[in-house]
Amino acid sequence: MSQLLKLFLTFFKIGTFTLGGGYAMLPLIQREIVENRSWVEEEDFFELLALAQSSPGPVAVNASVFVGYKVAGVTGSIAATLGTTLPSFLIILVIAAWLVDYRSNPFVEAFFKGVRPAVVAMIAAPLYSLGRKMRIKFKGALLASLVAAMVAFADFSPAMLIAIAGAGSLAYGIFKQKRHKES
Amino acid sequence: MEIYFTLFASFFKIGLFGFGGGYAMLPLIQHEVVSAPHNWLSMADFIDIVAISQMTPGPIAINSATYVGYTVTGTIWGSLCATLGVCLPPFVIMLLISKFYLKFRENHYMDMLFAGLKPAIIGLIAAAALTMMNAHNFIDLNSGIIFATTFIATLYRFDPIKMILVAGTAGIFIY
Repeated sequence: MSQLLKLFLTFFKIGTFTLGGGYAMLPLIQREIVENRSWVEEEDFFELLALAQSSPGPVAVNASVFVGYKVAGVTGSIAATLGTTLPSFLIILVIAAWLVDYRSNPFVEAFFKGVRPAVVAMIAAPLYSLGRKMRIKFKGALLASLVAAMVAFADFSPAMLIAIAGAGSLAYGIFKQKRHKES
Repeated sequence: MEIYFTLFASFFKIGLFGFGGGYAMLPLIQHEVVSAPHNWLSMADFIDIVAISQMTPGPIAINSATYVGYTVTGTIWGSLCATLGVCLPPFVIMLLISKFYLKFRENHYMDMLFAGLKPAIIGLIAAAALTMMNAHNFIDLNSGIIFATTFIATLYRFDPIKMILVAGTAGIFIY
């Protein structure tokens, strides 16, 4: 079996069986690409994660691009990314077509009435532990609260805030480095 | 024809600025698809996609791109344009990172960049939760009870799919 097909099928499997997206996908990605295929060494996997998180976009897509490139170059990246995205693309397409028809069904509506507050809780609950994992201190928490308030209550563009936070933080880092060298 | 280009451009922007992935991308998606000028989805539609994304495989960004593309145009081409748009920036950026990653690894400019990006990412996730705490999603006392129960269950790392199914079943019995 060609490497490209192997890449596509492996990431298709990852895309099909990882419910919830994001960090829920990591254990399966690790098992497939480190243990089953040996495309990435165990100790390199965490480096791969760090790299995948430093690029914007879904972590699973970023991981597929990296592994695909390592195994078979740019075409490898394309094969792996197609594999990751195709299952959710097809499944959501079916659901979207179905939901358009069943939106007004009282059972579907009641189901979603129950689900909505649960979804909000699932987004809010992990915030604290995520902040600790990212080692955010007082100043960081202040910045996070500011961003949250600006987006939620003042309708600031999130893309603009991300750009400002990134550029500002880079400028501050370079400024500090310069002063450090001068003194 | 123009709608396909607008879809592509909107989701391209989401892919380009979607640092942190997952929930951190929600305010970006919401800003593009729920707010003006597009008003493609209502707030209720939007949270339903998030719920569906929790129950189906794959990244939230891909799921919402496919869903929004379909509902806005009624065709698979809308889905294709939006999904391609959201994937393209991360694809290109990650390809560059993969190519130069040995240099990239020891680049302390990245550390400087992420010193500010990390709190911003947390702030965006908090914003996603805050904007969703509204009268559309919290219609009565039962909503509050479902919220509190799921909040605690999430802290104890319950399976998200089961939590959605339980909350939905409760909804069918209550409403």
